[in-house]
Amino acid sequence: MSFLTYLLSGVSLGSIYALIALGYTMVYGISRMLNFAHGDVIMIGAFTLWTAASPSFFPGNPGLPTAVSILISILVCTLLGVLIEKIAYKPLRNASSLAVLITAIGVSYFLQNIALLIFGSDAKAFNSVVSFPGLEIGGMKISAETIVTITVGVLIMVGLSLFIKFSKQGKAMLAVSEDKGAAQLMGINVNSTISLTFAIGSALAAVAGILYCSVFPQVSPYTGAMPGIKAFVAAVFGGIGSIPGAMVGGILLGIIENLSKAYISTEMVDAIVFAVLILVLLVKPTGIMGKKMTEKV
Amino acid sequence: MKKTLSASTKSNLITYAMLAVIFAVVQLLSVTGNLSSLVSGLLVPICMYIILAVSLNLTVGILGDLSLGHAGFMCVGAYSSAIFSMLTKDVISADLLRYVLALLVGGAFAAIFGILIGIPVLRLKGDYLAIVTLAFGEIIKVIVNNMYIAKDIHGVHFAMLTSISDMGLDEGSKEVILNGPQGISGTPQTKSFVIAFVLVVITVAVILNLINSRTGRAIMSIRDNRIAAESVGINVTKYKLMAFSVSAFFAGVAGVIYSHNTYALQATTKNFGYDMSILILVLVVLGGIGSIKGSILSSIILISLPEILRDFQKYRMLIYAILLIVMMIVNNNPVTKAFFKKIFGSLKRLLPKKKAAEKSSEVTQ
Repeated sequence: MSFLTYLLSGVSLGSIYALIALGYTMVYGISRMLNFAHGDVIMIGAFTLWTAASPSFFPGNPGLPTAVSILISILVCTLLGVLIEKIAYKPLRNASSLAVLITAIGVSYFLQNIALLIFGSDAKAFNSVVSFPGLEIGGMKISAETIVTITVGVLIMVGLSLFIKFSKQGKAMLAVSEDKGAAQLMGINVNSTISLTFAIGSALAAVAGILYCSVFPQVSPYTGAMPGIKAFVAAVFGGIGSIPGAMVGGILLGIIENLSKAYISTEMVDAIVFAVLILVLLVKPTGIMGKKMTEKV
Repeated sequence: MKKTLSASTKSNLITYAMLAVIFAVVQLLSVTGNLSSLVSGLLVPICMYIILAVSLNLTVGILGDLSLGHAGFMCVGAYSSAIFSMLTKDVISADLLRYVLALLVGGAFAAIFGILIGIPVLRLKGDYLAIVTLAFGEIIKVIVNNMYIAKDIHGVHFAMLTSISDMGLDEGSKEVILNGPQGISGTPQTKSFVIAFVLVVITVAVILNLINSRTGRAIMSIRDNRIAAESVGINVTKYKLMAFSVSAFFAGVAGVIYSHNTYALQATTKNFGYDMSILILVLVVLGGIGSIKGSILSSIILISLPEILRDFQKYRMLIYAILLIVMMIVNNNPVTKAFFKKIFGSLKRLLPKKKAAEKSSEVTQ
């Protein structure tokens, strides 16, 4: 394996992190909360696809085609995201950040344990959604998963950037994250905008979950925890609240992770990734692209 | 007598009295032989959980910051003290002395790590502490699982990321202390409930005194309004760091109890990872954030209940998760808060009319 191969698979892993980090950063930007349950939405997305596509688990299910299963998975996660916001986070919109954080942890643990009760604790084999063979350019093998994750990642990121910049709802999201009260006075429906943010974030989480489980082909109730936390690191790395920051942070983190896996040590990867977080917070707490916010009394 | 005591002293006395009653009941039961082996095996772990919950309550309830790395500090305490005990097993023959030293070593190491983590993070505001402490817990677990320590006639050897056989030890006198993911086995055991209980009392006393001191008031003022506290000259970072490192110290002490109560010490998600940190948080939240009494009671109830009711075990974390969400919403949402206030208000009006009358007559007397 050459340096370039490692770099490419790093970018592939990084695009997955970026997709998850986008969900974190959008939700953080709009409601100033750390959605701990985001990682578990990834896991629910992967499990939904697994349940829909495998013929044995759900009685009477012949095993749906991959495209349909992906759609179902995205739909379920979107609904779940909106539901979580409505039930758990909306009543606490003006509460202290500690209360919101503990609630988010509760939701995360709830999702994990529900999955544990339904699917059991052992990991299930996950069939990759990518069915064509990889490429070989100049003696360098590129797996199909790498190509698909990078393509999907880039497409979604470009699409999301365009959506936020040019569509009415996207602008509303920016406005609400800037100032809720003022946005409401301008006739923006704050509640539906926040719901939309959660919906988009969770849909991205579903896509990320499917891609993640295609690269690492298994799924268990704990699947979402690690990529979730790492994507959060990516979001902080890029500057929490900043959408281009999440993309850059995610891809950089994926590259750092893969290169340290290749050249330093496989066992220490997680420690290195988290050390990056502590380093970033020490040197530049606002991240690469974050804005420094002044505090008003 | 009653009137000369302040409200906080009274509340502290109730806490100590509660501890005394618990101790007396347990001792009475064990002397009369009414304690099943299941329950007596739980006594030391429950003491450990009380220390963990009370010390986490200092960070969450008094300082107002969320730490998700409490299990990480516990891990530091457990491993450093176990290594200490293994190394000094032959040098210090008095068990109690060695255990006390191990407690100090474990606590000190955890506190040092608390300061190291706290310095970069506590300067920031917001939710960073939660995520950094979570990351710290994971880092500690990874490092500990890749660390190798062994002893031979040439001295103590330390290595990372190898294996014991690659360390070039003298075969005749080789003694493995820490073997990577296999952990530490053969730590001298101290399973005494009395010692563990004394540690609980010390923890509770130190933390209650801290809360009611000048320092404690400074810490609470930071929690209530950081900017106002800063503007009256309180050094926010210093006091935050102080509370955080004291909390880490006692987490380390709990780790010492754990490592000297388990023959084969290994770092997994269950005992030193995210799961453990969340469990401690559940104990704190369900006991009441900021209430030391609540933490003690919830530790006793929530740790012993699932062991006694085996069927409950499977649904335990699910129910805890739901309780966590419900508690937060009920306590923090203005609508639900008003609703419960109304219910309790009408209950109070219905029930203890007689008691209230008695009380008023008492006062007039």
